[in-house]
Amino acid sequence: MALLEVEDLKKYFVVKRGFFSRNTGQVRAVDGVSFTLERGKTLGLVGESGCGKTTLGRCILRLIEPTAGRTVFNGTDLGQLEGGALRRMRAGFQIIFQDPFSSLDPRMNVGQIIAEPLRNHLKLSSSEMRSRVADLMEKVGLHPRQMVRYPHEFSGGQRQRIGIARALALNPLAIICDEPVSALDVSIQAQVINLLARLQEELNLSYLFIAHDLSVVEHISDRVAVMYLGRIVELASDEQLYRNPLHPYSRALLAAVPVPDPEIKKEKILLEGDMPSSLSPPSGCAFHTRCPVRKEICIEQAPVLQDVGDGHRVACHFA
Amino acid sequence: MTDASTESPRMTQPAATASRFRRQWAKLKRNKAALVGGVLILVFVLTALLAPVLYRGNPSAPNLMKSLEPPSLENPLGTDELGRSILGRIIYGARVSLLIAVGVIAVGIILGIPLGLISGYYGGKVDFIIQRITDAMLAFPGFLLALALVAVLGIGLKNTMISIGISMVPIYIRLVRGCVLSVREEIYVEAARAVGTRDAVILIRHILPNVMVPITVQTTLGMGTAILFAAGLGFLGIGVQPPTPEWGAMLGSARNYLFHAPHVATFPGIAIFLAVLSFNLFGDGLRDALDPRFKL
Amino acid sequence: MNPPEAPLLAVRNLHTRFHTLDGVVNAVDGVDFEVYPGETLGLVGESGCGKSVTAFSILQLLRCPPAEIQGQVEFEGVDLLGLDKEAVRRIRGGGISMIFQEPMTSLNPVLKIGEQIAEGVRVHKKMTHRQSRRWAVEMLRMVRISSPGSRARQYPHKFSGGMRQRAMIAMALSCRPRLILADEPTTALDVTIQAQVMELMQELKKEFNTAIVLITHDLGVIAEMASRVVVMYAGKIVEEAPVREIFKDPRHPYTRGLLGSIPVIGRKAETGRRLQEIPGVVPSPMEAPPGCRFHPRCSEALALCSTQPPPVIRLTDNRCVRCWLEAGDNEKKTSDFV
Repeated sequence: MALLEVEDLKKYFVVKRGFFSRNTGQVRAVDGVSFTLERGKTLGLVGESGCGKTTLGRCILRLIEPTAGRTVFNGTDLGQLEGGALRRMRAGFQIIFQDPFSSLDPRMNVGQIIAEPLRNHLKLSSSEMRSRVADLMEKVGLHPRQMVRYPHEFSGGQRQRIGIARALALNPLAIICDEPVSALDVSIQAQVINLLARLQEELNLSYLFIAHDLSVVEHISDRVAVMYLGRIVELASDEQLYRNPLHPYSRALLAAVPVPDPEIKKEKILLEGDMPSSLSPPSGCAFHTRCPVRKEICIEQAPVLQDVGDGHRVACHFA
Repeated sequence: MTDASTESPRMTQPAATASRFRRQWAKLKRNKAALVGGVLILVFVLTALLAPVLYRGNPSAPNLMKSLEPPSLENPLGTDELGRSILGRIIYGARVSLLIAVGVIAVGIILGIPLGLISGYYGGKVDFIIQRITDAMLAFPGFLLALALVAVLGIGLKNTMISIGISMVPIYIRLVRGCVLSVREEIYVEAARAVGTRDAVILIRHILPNVMVPITVQTTLGMGTAILFAAGLGFLGIGVQPPTPEWGAMLGSARNYLFHAPHVATFPGIAIFLAVLSFNLFGDGLRDALDPRFKL
Repeated sequence: MNPPEAPLLAVRNLHTRFHTLDGVVNAVDGVDFEVYPGETLGLVGESGCGKSVTAFSILQLLRCPPAEIQGQVEFEGVDLLGLDKEAVRRIRGGGISMIFQEPMTSLNPVLKIGEQIAEGVRVHKKMTHRQSRRWAVEMLRMVRISSPGSRARQYPHKFSGGMRQRAMIAMALSCRPRLILADEPTTALDVTIQAQVMELMQELKKEFNTAIVLITHDLGVIAEMASRVVVMYAGKIVEEAPVREIFKDPRHPYTRGLLGSIPVIGRKAETGRRLQEIPGVVPSPMEAPPGCRFHPRCSEALALCSTQPPPVIRLTDNRCVRCWLEAGDNEKKTSDFV
């Protein structure tokens, strides 16, 4: 059985306008997303800004309350949990944030930051606590000596390590990595990716790896899902998706990535225009306004995410 | 494998905590007005603390033989209608003013900060109710509100503190709520929730320390206002009661002798002016120094 | 491949320092490079390497003090650092213009897009209001904004990120500059929009033969757009080469490290799951290490590297590298006597 099962998850934000706060619209940030994540594996989630990938991550952990859908983690339906049970669940299911500068409380030192989850869930003496924190710091490549320093004394990459140590504190089974390297410099990015890969091997962790950088996602993932306007349009193993993308959006996305090799001149598929607003998504297939191969049916009927063989799933009438 | 060993501490900018404090201190030092304010506050506080050393007589004991004397060597600032040394009464008055200021701020903080935190963090109905009450209180000018509260509670030192303190509560609520609304959205607050931290712990450990800067500034400025309000109540005769030396009350009783003994009113007036000014100058300087957006 | 003409822009020994409370920051520390008419020069490096400060120094867009700019910036033979404020202002937007990273904050939110473009044209080209407005619409059409007439009358918040960046490009091109300094022009954009904007910049460049200094951290963008590349590290240029050569045969260990640390689509099978990494962090500009600034992170560092700053070694006509590993024995020996 999969460690994490997400079934038809939805999050609609109500947009209020005007003095009398009448409901005037809904933003369908996440619009019926389903997937599974196996133990020890990584599912990459790519998409451009505004596609709902960050909201999806928050909804799974119920940091934002989802509007509808079911999330089963390690046999427990997360939707049923309240209060203390929800807090205990979070011990086993963690998150790493994008911005290493705002995700650490500037007024706490590193030791306090990493100890916070321990303090919430375990009753440890202060010396036990200190040794646990020291172990965690070593595990992510920080020196325990730095325990009394404050976040602003660290570089972006080191701060991200602090965030990772905090996430590891309670020996989670899975971690949602929300753009964990996109704020980092190239050389530091490689350090953090390698660290995440090493920790996964050592601790048999599962990652839901959310990012907009397709090459980073390919590198770390076993399976990859592509999101567009709140929905998954394609889901496949990383090999299938990158070698043989079936959805026109995935194809355009892959073609748009600049290749760091001037010898390769690949053919570009330039999409027209911008992503439509999720306040008023297009009818039928949400991608039809920019799709190079659209037909009548795309405007009228929304395609369903279907298996086309080997677990390669795609939501397109022509795939 | 990882960079822990190769990363020398030299590269991670040591003593940056010290540097933040140093930066703020440097900004404060450059602000001459704030420095003047700071020095005046220091003088004010020392005067209050050392009053028995600075003036050895009893500031409340009348000596009708020496009524309304102009400044002299014996009484450098002259005497009032009951022949008491004005210098002595101003020195002891500093104690009263400082006591009131501290009391007022205590009331404001004890009620205002928790209400502001709750209002800002939970939002919804609680927030709505607290905000409407705040709106109603803020509709009155602060002094008028304090005056009305004195009318309800009665006169005296303690009631003066409580009345003015309550009139400041809505200001704290507004300020704290506003800050909480922005800090609440910070990712580190979300991160704390993600590791299973309780709301109460989040409020106290994460949110409160990060709204301390504006609270500190408001408190400094509020001390000045508290002194001014207390003097106002004293002047009207419904504040601290004689014979306790209080600057406002001194000013009030000097009203009758304004023409033939102007010094009786002048010196307490100057004392109030300087005390209020010092807190305002220092508070403004503090705000600039603690605001990271305000660069040198 | 070096164009025979005189350089359009020649930066000589540029130093930019910031005087801060914590001490002096040498953000740009002796930078030399040339830009020839019509070429795209890529300026690559990680945050804090001084690449953006270099661009801002060229146009003197830094507040002095705290900044202090020294050296020479010759544009069409005139040293910009020697000019008075008025003359520099005429060059900005007229001869050299700039595209900024953040399309959200570099447009004025309370001015209509058309008016913002027209404003610059009026200043530099002495047009009337009516002419300049018509020109602005033309510029918007040129950057492929649909229905430019009505778009020109809109405020920036009506524009998406990609359209704002197009508007910025329109503004930058509106006075037909000979040189554009583009500071991370596509970093804030999504991949598909980035592809559109890069395509547009390439086309416009061909059309107007404008030279571009492209400042970015993204080696993919460099590979697709630049003809020559300058790599910066901690305020200094460490390597300069034509784009093909730098990707095929990087000579500075830092360049090699950078290229090895980026994941490339389709190469996972060869490289495995571990990326090559450069250990450590970029040094703080206040505490630049002695000798070669890269030596604490360099896997190939010699004993010499930690004490002697490496010389610039000219490898061919158009390639040079600042590294002891490329230096001949003679140079190493002479340095012992220094």
